[in-house]
Amino acid sequence: MNRIVEKEMLNKNVVKLVIEAPRIASKRMAGHFVIIKIDEKGERIPLTIADADPETGTITLIIQRVGVTSHKLSLMEAGDMLEDVVGPLGHATEVEKLGTVLCAGGGVGIAPLLPIARSFKEAGNRVITVLAARNRELLILEEEIRACSDEVIIMTDDGSYGRQGLVTHGMEEILEREKVHLAVAIGPAIMMKFAALTTAKYNVKTIASLNTIMVDGTGMCGACRVSVGGKTKFVCVDGPEFDAHLVDYDEMIMRLGGYDKQEREAYDRYVAAGNGA
Amino acid sequence: MAEQVQEYLKVERQQPWREELRKAMKAKERTDITRVKMPEEDPHFRATNSNEVNLGLTKEMALQEARRCLDCANPTCITGCPVNINIPKFIKRIEQGDFLDAARVLKDTNTLPAVCGRVCPQEVQCEVNCFYVQKLGKEAVAIGHLERFAADYERDSGNISVPEVAEKNGAKVAVIGSGPSGLAVAGDLIKWGYDVTVFEALHEIGGVLKYGIPEFRLPNVIVDVEIDNLRRMGVKFETNFIVGKTAGIEELKSEGFEAFFIGSGAGLPNFMNIPGENYTGIFSSNEYLTRVNLMNASNDEYDTPVYSGNHVAVIGGGNTAMDSVRTAKRLGAEKAMIIYRRSLEEMPARVEEVKHAMEEGVEFLNLNNPLEYYADERGQVNRMKVQKMELGEPDSSGRRRPVPLEGSEYFIDVDTVIVAIGVSPNPIIPSSMPELEMSDWGTIKVNKETMESSVPGVFAGGDIVRGGATVILAMGDGRKAARGIDEYVKARKKK
Repeated sequence: MNRIVEKEMLNKNVVKLVIEAPRIASKRMAGHFVIIKIDEKGERIPLTIADADPETGTITLIIQRVGVTSHKLSLMEAGDMLEDVVGPLGHATEVEKLGTVLCAGGGVGIAPLLPIARSFKEAGNRVITVLAARNRELLILEEEIRACSDEVIIMTDDGSYGRQGLVTHGMEEILEREKVHLAVAIGPAIMMKFAALTTAKYNVKTIASLNTIMVDGTGMCGACRVSVGGKTKFVCVDGPEFDAHLVDYDEMIMRLGGYDKQEREAYDRYVAAGNGA
Repeated sequence: MAEQVQEYLKVERQQPWREELRKAMKAKERTDITRVKMPEEDPHFRATNSNEVNLGLTKEMALQEARRCLDCANPTCITGCPVNINIPKFIKRIEQGDFLDAARVLKDTNTLPAVCGRVCPQEVQCEVNCFYVQKLGKEAVAIGHLERFAADYERDSGNISVPEVAEKNGAKVAVIGSGPSGLAVAGDLIKWGYDVTVFEALHEIGGVLKYGIPEFRLPNVIVDVEIDNLRRMGVKFETNFIVGKTAGIEELKSEGFEAFFIGSGAGLPNFMNIPGENYTGIFSSNEYLTRVNLMNASNDEYDTPVYSGNHVAVIGGGNTAMDSVRTAKRLGAEKAMIIYRRSLEEMPARVEEVKHAMEEGVEFLNLNNPLEYYADERGQVNRMKVQKMELGEPDSSGRRRPVPLEGSEYFIDVDTVIVAIGVSPNPIIPSSMPELEMSDWGTIKVNKETMESSVPGVFAGGDIVRGGATVILAMGDGRKAARGIDEYVKARKKK
């Protein structure tokens, strides 16, 4: 059992939970994720660790409401318990001093990007971050990202904040302007696909952190499999980070939709049972 | 060691109660009795629910079957048992009507008798070595059914005996993985006075007994009772703890653990790597079974989703393939098929599993091999191409090698495919311990006598060593490793 010690809605759809998990907090590094399960009847879902404090023994998770489980999570409050939290899982980000690192985060992908940007900054890199969101209201963690970036470009679809345009527009501007040694792209699969296409034009090595469906998170089920460079890889034990230029994003998007029908039905049942949409 | 065991068995056999029982009935009368038939749930009814298929023997059936056992002077059955159960003794206790003591005899050497009585392949272990098979050409004494009977009787009686535990010796041992090998290690070490903690990655204790083997073959409550027994003996369990991630072996050492047993299992499913295998609707048997067994996905009250396919193809011919295809049937599949590249004869699944699957209406497409999968515009699998095979010369496994029949390719409509062609060892612990010597197949190399790995004080067993075997072989490894750990710790104390 893990206690929620703090809860904050970052916007109407995104919740931040700070959770007691001392062992995980002391072991986790940038790039790691956990698997959580709310209660006896809950499902196991993977969530990247956005932040951790070994002193207080807590980890921070940031969740976007998309289905039943994320909706239930958004309704939990400080003091509530999560039945199961296990981790830290996956390989940590390989952080070293490279020069200039271009970080690109889209939507709730900004949460897993934060610890990675921070680690590259702490390793002595120049960190330039491009954040993208549909509109100003949906942009998260701007302040935290600014604190570990030398420069931040903000892109919104509707131009309500920063500049109007896609994440790739902001990335392209930097890539045109200066030598970038490594790019990191995290966000919806479609965003990572185009971010990777963009950096490929400039021959900049790029890593993407993938968020696929998982059950156990330890290599056992294979639900998370993706094709990388033509080979099947398991995101949980081989990833979650891969060479962004080799990932088959179309297959990944297809697989992410593998339970759409069941999830929609479950959500309808959940709403019909009197839970707010 | 072996001589001591022989001597012990002899002394046990000479006990007056045993002698008396042997005299109570003529051997001819015993051998004239026909082997008991396990009562089963009706196939049409059972294929619609998750009730246990085998119903268990009645008291009368068990008494009658126990009389068949001749209490041989040289009980060859025991040599076939990986955990060396004193088989004649427990069966004679049944014959005597002392079912509770029969259960105690089982528990002397077997941590999980109710589990083994259900899922052990007795037909290739104890029973194949039975005098009836070896010398009389008759059906073996139903040792497995009797084991289950005694264990179930004890559980249902509410008089569950907790094996005696020696005084604490102060040594802490960490067992990694709560599957059959880990539970066997824990069961022995706790009896010998060790302080044992079992670390489990998942949220439930039991490993493959919980996530893999379905309810209709091994109900979870049965597993829980055996685990509860270990808990009452003093074994500690930590769930949601991945050794190698949550904490490494070095950290656990600094927390006082002196010896380690790695029983992390074969948790990495194999795929065939054929075109289209990553389409949606295609799962590993591990994923499919875990969703249903561990996560209760077929129950709407639980949040985990599962495909309840209509035309389901299961690839493979092992017990896991049978478990998957029979699960698909229970989830409502109109057509549930086994696609296996050899013939029925080479099938690695237990005969009983194949029989049950056939009775439940599973179709067997033997001598067929998948070549490619196809999908609709959403990427959902809808068709597969298979090729017919014939059997050629025997291969390294001794089974006849399947050879493709050119030009025999054809298509089958499917909406769900479950790949059950085996598993590879889980990589998490080995990758966290670079000093651990591994085989080319990713299994941990061990000393076969002690089960100690290349790292002193670190032992291993079960599928992480074997690469995919049975519950009972894993338990046998566990018992061997427990002795290895005991010797290791004692030798260390002397220094």
